[in-house]
Amino acid sequence: MSDRQSGPPAIELINITRRFVSPTGKSLTAIRDFNMTVERGEFVAVVGPTGCGKSTTLNLVTGLARPSAGEVRLMGAPVNGIDPRVGFAFQKDALFPWKNVIENVMAGPLFRGRSKAEAEKMAKDWLARVGLSKFLYHYPHQLSGGMRKRVSLAQTFINEPEILLMDEPFSALDVQTRTVMHEELLKLWAERQASVVFVTHDLEEAVALADKVYVLTAGPATVKSVYTIDLPRPRVVSEIRYEQGFIDYCKTIWEDLRQEVETSYRRASEAA
Amino acid sequence: MTDTTMESVSTLFRPGTSDKEIEAAALKAITARKRTVLFWQITILVAIVGLWEIGARTGIIDPFFYASPSAIGARLYEWATEGTTEGSLWYNLGVTMEEALIGFFTGSIAGIVVGVGLGQNKLLSDILSVYIKAINSIPRVVLAPIFIMIMGLGLASKVALAFIMVFFVVFANAFQGVREADRDMIANARILGASEWKVTREVIVPSAMSWIFASLHVSFSFAIIGAIVGEFVGARYGIGQLISIAKGTFDAAGMFAAIVLVMMVTLVAEYLMTLVENRLAKWRPQQSLDTH
Repeated sequence: MSDRQSGPPAIELINITRRFVSPTGKSLTAIRDFNMTVERGEFVAVVGPTGCGKSTTLNLVTGLARPSAGEVRLMGAPVNGIDPRVGFAFQKDALFPWKNVIENVMAGPLFRGRSKAEAEKMAKDWLARVGLSKFLYHYPHQLSGGMRKRVSLAQTFINEPEILLMDEPFSALDVQTRTVMHEELLKLWAERQASVVFVTHDLEEAVALADKVYVLTAGPATVKSVYTIDLPRPRVVSEIRYEQGFIDYCKTIWEDLRQEVETSYRRASEAA
Repeated sequence: MTDTTMESVSTLFRPGTSDKEIEAAALKAITARKRTVLFWQITILVAIVGLWEIGARTGIIDPFFYASPSAIGARLYEWATEGTTEGSLWYNLGVTMEEALIGFFTGSIAGIVVGVGLGQNKLLSDILSVYIKAINSIPRVVLAPIFIMIMGLGLASKVALAFIMVFFVVFANAFQGVREADRDMIANARILGASEWKVTREVIVPSAMSWIFASLHVSFSFAIIGAIVGEFVGARYGIGQLISIAKGTFDAAGMFAAIVLVMMVTLVAEYLMTLVENRLAKWRPQQSLDTH
């Protein structure tokens, strides 16, 4: 991590509060006094109990949502609308079902004004990288969940985002496919050196992938603690889980996270 | 459905049967099933038409009120070869089709544009929703006399009626389709770099398309209803006018002949629309299952 580019951090969330107001006028605080810094080229994972506002933090970075208080800065400048340097991977796949695989991947460059020939060339290149060259003209419903996820990754990566936000992107996949996708993600990330924020509820996934793990409190979310994961790279996700260092990290962070999960459960059962 | 067919066939085989034999047997079963369906469809048609004809000849059914298939056939033949009292049959049919088609196309286009527009504008749709509900609760056919009074006996009044019948159906579906568009998909398009116009054209309209198509099927028959009801109320030419004249002369065969004619036209239109829809919706998963 020593070869990181200089300059301001990729993402800064400074004292963020985000409130939602329901149509009947009731206000709900999703995140409060939230601080996070993601350096350039850094891979940050965010874990926390379900429904604590993890996804909200990502929406603030995309510019799709605005903070009620505080400031979001990208590369040192305040966020103003949707930033073209940002890429987003959704939890369920958000592919366009009426477009075939290559048209889905071409969408980004075409939206951004590239020529059709250029977009096609780029899309073919990215689909080759994710191993889908034989499926260019298939429609999403004809692919398996893992293949659709790869199309999504190609669709996101083709825009060459400097900041990559991922909202539990692999949670719907089976365990084997998920491990394969982890390897592919780390490979793509190592090539591109993008700054990543990876939201997940799976602690092992977080430790295996990230440089830093943020643990959030039960909602309203704020940062409880930050762990630096000092495991060597390149990592082999399928093997790393048997290493003592990995197990130790998981144990320590889980102790921390468990209290929040319990609080979250208690509140949910009280509310019900 | 295909799954159950396959299974019931494959259970008949002992271990060691090759895939080819199983497939051949399955294909045979599928063909046999298709034939059975077709056989019964034809049988039911022949039975109904036959009973009607026999009933009319023996006097069980009064042919004065209910005509008979042979009389209807003869009337259609006569209209086709010698023309009707109101001139050539084809001209009359053409008039009705012209009214219905203009009403159908203008009504659907307007319905889609307004539906997609209002579907994306929450404030405007909240304001207008009460008026839309009010207008929508008027039975459209009662507008026929007003339109004829305003626009006369010609084309315009029937087109207006067909338009208004089509518009609300398509509008309601387009509106709902836009509302159902997936939020993540829209967010995805925005982050990938789509402008508002691109989001509308490439995400919102395509995802509303299956809703819109569902409404287009019904709305073509609505357009025909609009044209014919308009002609009942006042017209010089058209299928509705033929029915109206047949009624005036107690010509049951003439009325039924006109009904058969409209039925055939609508079926052809329905078939053409399904062809177009299948071409446009080739990405839809259920399409591959529907081909049997």
